[in-house]
Amino acid sequence: MTSDSTDSAVSGVEIQLEGVTKRYPGSAEPAVKDVTMTIPAGQIVVLVGPSGCGKTTTMRMINRLIEPTSGRITIGGEDALELDDVRLRRKIGYAIQQAGLFPHFTVAQNIAVVPGLLGWDKKRIAERVDELMDLVGLDASQFRDRYPRQLSGGQQQRVGVARALAADPPVLLMDEPFGAVDPITRGNLQDELLRLQADLGKTIVFVTHDFDEAVKLGDRIAVLGEASTIQQYDTPEAILANPANDMVAGFVGAGASLKQLTLLRVRDVDYPDLALTADVGESPSELRARLARAGDTYALLVDRRRRPQRWVHVRNLSAATSLANIGRPVGDTVSTQSTLQDALEAILAEGGRAVVTGTRGEYVGMIDIETVTGVLAQLREEHESAGDAGDAGDGVDGDGTDAADGDGHGGDAGRAGVARGDAARDGAGRADGGVDGDAGAAADSGAGTS
Amino acid sequence: MSDVDVTGLSSEPGLKRADRVRLLAQPLAVLVVVGAVLVWAFARETDEIEAESIQAGVLLTKTWEHLLITVVVTAIVVGVAVPLGAMLTRRWAKPVAPVFLGIANIGQAAPALGVLVLFFLWTGWEGLWAAALPIAFYSLLPVLRNTIVGIQSVDPSLVDAARGIGMSPRSVLLRVEMPLALPMVLAGIRTSLVLAVGTATLAFFVNGGGLGELVDTGYKLNRPAVLVVGAVLAVGLALVVDWLGALAEQLLGPKGLG
Ligand SMILES: Nc1ncnc2c1ncn2[C@@H]1O[C@H](COP(=O)(O)OP(=O)(O)OP(=O)(O)O)[C@@H](O)[C@H]1O
Ligand SMILES: [Mg+2]
Repeated sequence: MTSDSTDSAVSGVEIQLEGVTKRYPGSAEPAVKDVTMTIPAGQIVVLVGPSGCGKTTTMRMINRLIEPTSGRITIGGEDALELDDVRLRRKIGYAIQQAGLFPHFTVAQNIAVVPGLLGWDKKRIAERVDELMDLVGLDASQFRDRYPRQLSGGQQQRVGVARALAADPPVLLMDEPFGAVDPITRGNLQDELLRLQADLGKTIVFVTHDFDEAVKLGDRIAVLGEASTIQQYDTPEAILANPANDMVAGFVGAGASLKQLTLLRVRDVDYPDLALTADVGESPSELRARLARAGDTYALLVDRRRRPQRWVHVRNLSAATSLANIGRPVGDTVSTQSTLQDALEAILAEGGRAVVTGTRGEYVGMIDIETVTGVLAQLREEHESAGDAGDAGDGVDGDGTDAADGDGHGGDAGRAGVARGDAARDGAGRADGGVDGDAGAAADSGAGTS
Repeated sequence: MSDVDVTGLSSEPGLKRADRVRLLAQPLAVLVVVGAVLVWAFARETDEIEAESIQAGVLLTKTWEHLLITVVVTAIVVGVAVPLGAMLTRRWAKPVAPVFLGIANIGQAAPALGVLVLFFLWTGWEGLWAAALPIAFYSLLPVLRNTIVGIQSVDPSLVDAARGIGMSPRSVLLRVEMPLALPMVLAGIRTSLVLAVGTATLAFFVNGGGLGELVDTGYKLNRPAVLVVGAVLAVGLALVVDWLGALAEQLLGPKGLG
């Protein structure tokens, strides 16, 4: 099991909000009421909640675009309210919906704003601009001198992220940065952000009202209610498995179990090595004998590199002279990198169980529907007991333990068949895993028929 | 990373055709009309009084005086109205903005001649400044209003982004708000300029010179030819100034827009 994001360099710092309240002049009720939360260094914390609940206000108090009415905010131990606000903002990346690029600046000029404000010399800025464009996946020579309106919405968002990262700030504030693009582009941008974050380890406060986005991106999710009161603040897994109250449950919405499956990988669960495998070179009679001994009716034919090829039934063996041309091709397979959601898809398509392949496409085991339901049941049980142990019920205390074993990937988590934590953060890897799985399957069936 | 390919977009949008035609046609028309009138004026038999006015030296001097008033007025208008307008869009100035706009409105609503004469009566001055100051006051409004409206119509999310990434209030104004408001400001300046050229014909009332003097002479001494030359030159000058303004709008506007 590879340990990805959290172990790599953390350049972010911790943010603490203590009793932060904002009362806009002229309104009786505060927009944000007495919020206390700790945003751990190097993590993505997503603020979700219904429209108008005060997410934006809460976020903007961190870089003091809005001055809190009362309360304390520290960033990396420094009291943000004591610092010069303009200077403070130069150390905090800021990305907003529609990107907010300056239309009269080129892409390069947009990215260069903060380094320019910080007084970097021209050469260093130019290098940094190219580096950042590369980082967010834009070809510098092609896009550097374009104006924002000559970019697609997705490209503008990339530039927005590059601009926010320009001076390498430890903290990033993002207010629905991917809100205005189509779902596919949004997915790509999310994957990209996760990939970046795996390398950079910033502290990111991310505002959205899309719970699926929160689940995908968040190391932790804060579900906010009226006036930003924290309903639950925990890992996506814990919130999905055990919503703290009706409001959170409503926000999680239908399909919580399916969403949970997107957070888990096949490699995180116990998949049994059920199938009897046979080399294509083996003689049919020999295989028949082996099947009889094992009490099985099906065997999985694998090629020389143990990649799954075809299923053969014991019935087909009696007439056959060689294993080369008999049997039914293996359909969808899942890789150990695949999410359990992809695995479930394959299981349903394959009629109850699916072949699991390793990193080189080799057979490593089988996964079936009971494995999946078992994992879900177990997760629910764990989080229920964690919630009880926390007994405050709001999850703020209870999650200390969750975070520990989620990040640690301790041996017992592996043995229990469920490990949490990294799947959520490794979106880019997950997407690749899905693609690899499919490509592998296609290649295999191709090899099988030739 | 499969975003839409947008290489097809050109970086500089072509001027709209009508604008382009006007940019060419306007100075040509002025040239032709003014040229024709001058040829006619110089070719015809003139009496002594006419000859005193219709001669190259006098026409050039008067035109130059007129232009000078216009330039001074414009400088005053831009120097006062743009910074004032920018200041009035700051949050702390919200309460006083209507006061200044009100004053500028009065300035424009009052007859230009009235403003000029009142200023003369008040100060007793004569000459260039006595003409330029009241005319500037009279033509302040378009620039002031356009500066304010131009800055106010900048997308608030851009101002938010600018502040959010750490620009100082001054930088936000100078690097984001002003450049984006520039097309509006330039349009205001162009209107003010044309107003100024027109009102500068009244400058002769306070001994400020200008083409108004020719008109006045032609009228008082009953020499229609002199009147026509003065009037045509004034109109021609207004059109040329308007044309220069249009040119400036095209050339100075921020890139990347439109
Ligand atoms: N400048 C302001 N003056 C007065 N009230 C404000 C101001 N900005 C926000 N509010 C109010 O504060 C509350 C919280 O607003 P906020 O923008 O933080 O909500 P949000 O959670 O970000 O909503 P959304 O999801 O729609 O962006 C709302 O009721 C809003 O009307
Ligand atoms: Mg918001």
